[in-house]
Parts: sequence; structure tokens; C-alpha cells
Amino acid sequence: MSEKDMAETQNTNGATGEAMVDVRSVSRVFQRGRTPVPVLKDLSLRMANGEFLALMGPSGSGKSTLLNLIAGLDRPTGGEVIVGGSPIHSLSERKLAGWRARNIGFVFQFSNLLGALNAERNVAVPLLLTSFSARERRRRVEIALEIVGLSDRSKHRPRELSGGEQQRVGIARALVNDPALLVCDEPTGDLDRATSGEILDLLVALNRDQGKTVLMVTHDPEAAERASRILHLVDGQLADCGHDGTIVLPAHEPAGAAV
Amino acid sequence: MGLGSLARQCQAVTRYNLETIWERRAVSAVAIFGIAGVVGVLVAVLSMAAGFRSVVTGQARDDVAVVLRSGSTGESASILNHQDIQVLWEAPGVARGPDGPLVSPELFVIIDRKKIGAGTDANVPLRGVEAAGFALREQFEIVEGRNFEPGRNEVIVGDGAAGAFEGLLVGDRIDVGRASWEVVGRFTAGGGIAESEIWTDNRILQQMYQRGNSWNVALVRLRDADAFDAFEAALTDDPRVSLGAQRQTTYLAAQSEPIEVFISVVGWIIVVMMSAGAIFAALNTMYAAVSSRSREIATLRALGFSRLPIVISVMIESLVFGLIGAAAGGAASWFLFDGFRAATINWASFSQVAFAFEVTPELLTQGIVLALVIGAIGGFLPAVGAARRSVIGALREQ
Repeated sequence: MSEKDMAETQNTNGATGEAMVDVRSVSRVFQRGRTPVPVLKDLSLRMANGEFLALMGPSGSGKSTLLNLIAGLDRPTGGEVIVGGSPIHSLSERKLAGWRARNIGFVFQFSNLLGALNAERNVAVPLLLTSFSARERRRRVEIALEIVGLSDRSKHRPRELSGGEQQRVGIARALVNDPALLVCDEPTGDLDRATSGEILDLLVALNRDQGKTVLMVTHDPEAAERASRILHLVDGQLADCGHDGTIVLPAHEPAGAAV
Repeated sequence: MGLGSLARQCQAVTRYNLETIWERRAVSAVAIFGIAGVVGVLVAVLSMAAGFRSVVTGQARDDVAVVLRSGSTGESASILNHQDIQVLWEAPGVARGPDGPLVSPELFVIIDRKKIGAGTDANVPLRGVEAAGFALREQFEIVEGRNFEPGRNEVIVGDGAAGAFEGLLVGDRIDVGRASWEVVGRFTAGGGIAESEIWTDNRILQQMYQRGNSWNVALVRLRDADAFDAFEAALTDDPRVSLGAQRQTTYLAAQSEPIEVFISVVGWIIVVMMSAGAIFAALNTMYAAVSSRSREIATLRALGFSRLPIVISVMIESLVFGLIGAAAGGAASWFLFDGFRAATINWASFSQVAFAFEVTPELLTQGIVLALVIGAIGGFLPAVGAARRSVIGALREQ
């Protein structure tokens, strides 16, 4: 894998029209004691390959729950979740873990780096789940750190890095297995404005230049503006329109209008 | 998940856990010290039993028979007369030395001496021996002074007795009843029970205690270990005598057993109670360790690591604490107690046995096994808890 290789595996800019994510009539109900609490209600959503989608909504609207379903961290109470052609809603927990390792790049709000490991060892963690040779792992780590502009900080531990640098290491870790889909849960939520801008620039570049499909949950309208499409969730249903004019209606509306 | 992948995951998570122990050193130390304390006490207590056993039975031989009056279980309660000894001289299987049959009739009495340090009275064996007695104890060696001269009020003192009781150094005098005995030498006997005794000439001791021509015990060297059965049968079948013979190994093992069992039982009771405390300390440590890393564990699981490597890695970490605790406790016991000299009463003879604590490889192995058991119990529940924790919830913790 090289930066060029990465780019060649995807298109160069924006969606291909092929669905990377296909969420069909999904519901997710949590049990609070004996009381069922519906968080997602019959929600449908398609996300094209190579798209950069921002999910917005107030706290409790279900945006993180939706992201977790698409990332394979959770399973729906009803409906189907198909990502990259795989019906992940029906996978066992063990298979789901393996699927995540191969197909998903996670970018967390707090970077979630392992504090005792330096940057390159943090980036290499997902590669421990692969059968790549040690040499190939080193090569991939070097490339991922180069992409995020931290080649010269590879030996530094998280506590020796700024918040923005930590998040860049987190993005390098998300990239190192060359996943088609990056899921970003509030990736700028813990950063100042200037640093947030740098991280968003990086995500946009990965989407535009590497062809990565990006799903980002955010509270920040300015961050959402960097996406190619914005969806709003309210009370577990899609309910708003993005800046590109795409209208997204709640799932009980005619399905064709939601895409 | 293939075995290769599982192994890589286990290795990665375990390595990470172990690398972060130093950052959690305070809470980790609680578990390690708890386990070290248990192992230390276990090894120390059992090293006392091991040292006692070693002294009592260490020089015992299968080709030496201990002959007592039939029905007697110890030397004090036994009496042998001249005819008994004559029968032994003629018995089948008895080895012969340059001076005749290797039969050592011995008189066994007890005198009072004060324990060094404690100052309390203790029973010290005083044994009457003759030439065959030395021939039978091949490792006997005078290490200071000289041997006693037959017919004189002289004694030699075992190395263990000299170090444990007052007034038994070369040049000292022992006043017993109307007689006064001079300590003319100090001897060793391969670390055996004889080193806890005082020896003198048989005839002098018989006169002093008005025993006439009688003894308490006879040691008999046989031609080989296989000769014992015929020797014993000959004594049993001989209508002139009422004697019982045991192999020296059997006799001394029986002598050692009551105190060994007592020390071991008391020791294990203490250790089991301490172990309960150490298990709680280990549980607390591992719960804290898992709690402090819940977001990191959740991150690993989100990235695709499965539950089993998490469980295994936490268990390994707990077992490592066990091993460190075992090493610390075992080392402390070894430095503090190995070779520590003490004396205790041998209930079989009601006399004192001087011995040194022995921290043996077997005891250290027992300590390690116990530490691993504590580590495994202490790590299991936190490990399972870590693996079952909600990934999504833990990811959002700050």
C-alpha cells in the first residue's frame, strides 16, 4: 500500500453512486429496567461509496447509536444494516469483531490511544489482527504516519503529543488497514477551533484524495459543513436536509426520497 | 479466529498490560505484597518442618536396624540386657568390622540444660556409646578438641547442641548429680540428629545412672538392606529375647512425623487464612487495573480484538503478580530463615532436637504454585468483567 495505491483503489473525489452503507428500516430499542426505550425508529439510509456524510442532531437523538450500528459495534433490534455488501446485522459477535478489523477505521472523540505505546506502535495495533509480515506492518505504519504528517513524531508517546497530534495518530491508526469506511465519532469534539480545522482538512483530503468513505458524527455545524452531505437526526429519525440540497425524510416516507 | 490470530492478540494485549504495570505500581504492589506475605509465611513455616525432618531422618540408613525392647516406641522406654546384645551379635545378616559384629549398644538419658537466648530449661540427650557406635556413624567427625577417653568423666558435644544450649563449649564442665563432666570435644555427624546430643563412654554412664549392664537401644549395621527381613525374623523367633527391630529410616521417620505434621498443619491453617486476604488484595488490584484501562480495552475491542485475548491477558497479568509475589516471598524467606538455627522438643523422645530451617526447592515450588493459584483466583472475575463490559459505554468514558 502506498498513498498512490490507496488512491487508486478508490475514485478520486466524492461518491460513486454505489452504496457503501445501506441501512434498511432499522430500529434500536434499549431496555432501561423493564421499560423499552426506542432510540432509532424504522430508519433507512443509503450512503454512497466515497461519500463524506455528517450526522448531526441533539444529544439523545440516536446519531451515535446509528454510527455504532454501521460500524458493527452494535446490532439493531430490527431491520438490516449492509455495509460494503456485507449484511452485518446478522453476524455473530466474533465475526463482527473480525469484520470491523478488516473493514472499518475508527476515529474516536478522545483519540483513544494506548498511553504506554508510542505513536508508531499505536498505529500498528490494528495490524496485529492481520497476517502481514513484520516488514509489511512497518511499511504500512510509516505510510499512515506520513499521510497524517507525523513521521517525525513516531517515537513519541501520546502524553508527549498535542491534542491535534494525538488525533492525527488516531486517524493514522484508522487508516493503517486501508479500510473503505472511516467512522468518526465527534473527531473534533475535544479540540480547539484551529486544531479542529486541521483534522477536518485531513478527513476531507482522505475522502477526496484517497477515496475513503467517511461517516462523521458531530455537534459542530462548522465541522458538518465540510462534509458532502449532512443528515439530521431527531428522536431517532432522519429529519432534515443537507447543504447540497438532498432531502432526507423520516423512514416511513417513500424510500426513494431518502437517497 | 485462528490460533495464530489469537496468539498475536494475546501477546499484544498482554505485552501492553505488562508495560503499564509500572504506571499502576501502587495498586499493583498491594497484590504483590499480599501474595509475597503468604508465600513467605508458607515457606518459612514449612522450612521449619523440612529442617526438623532433615535433621532427624537425614542420616538414616536402610541397612541399619534400631533394636528396642519389644513394644517400645522410643529409646527412653526400652531396656536391653547383656543377653539381648549377645543374641544380636550372633543374629543373621549382621555386618562385621575389624573388632567384631557392628552392634552398638547405647544408653540414653536426658539432662537439663538451659537454651541459649531463652534461658529456659530443656531436655538434652546424653548418650553412652562405645567403639561400634562411631563405626556405625560413618560421618562422625571431631571438629574441635578431641574424643572422650573411655573410663573418664569426659563428654563430647554435637555441633547442634553446642550452639543451642548453654555451657556445652569445649572446656566447659557439666555438673550432673554428683558427677562433673568435662567437655573435651565438639563433633559433627553429617547434620543428623546425633548432633543434638552429648556423648560419653557407655560404662561411665551406666555407673553414673546405676544401670548395671543394661542399655536402652542397639544400633546394628547389616550386611545390606536386604538382610533386614531375615534379621528381624531371627529376633522375633528367638525365644530367649523379646526384641523388636525396625529399619533406621522407618524408626526415625516415625520419630519425626508428629512434630512435622503439627508444624505443617498449623502452617497451612495460617497460610489458608492469609491466602483469603491475598486473594481479596489481588481481586482489588485487578479490578482497579481493569477499571483504569476500561476505555483502552474497549478501544481494542472496537478495533477488532475479541473477548478471549482480553480475558487471557488479564489472567496472565494477575499470574505475573503471583510470580513476582512468589519470588519476593520466597527470596525473603530464604534470606531470613534458611539456615536459621532453632531447637524444639522431639515428642517421641521428649528431648530437644537442634535443627536449622531448610528452604528447599520443593518448598519454593509449593510457594510458586500457591501464588499462581491466588493470582488465578484474583484475576478471573476481573478478567471476565473486563471482557463482558459494554464496548460502547466504555469508549465514551473520559
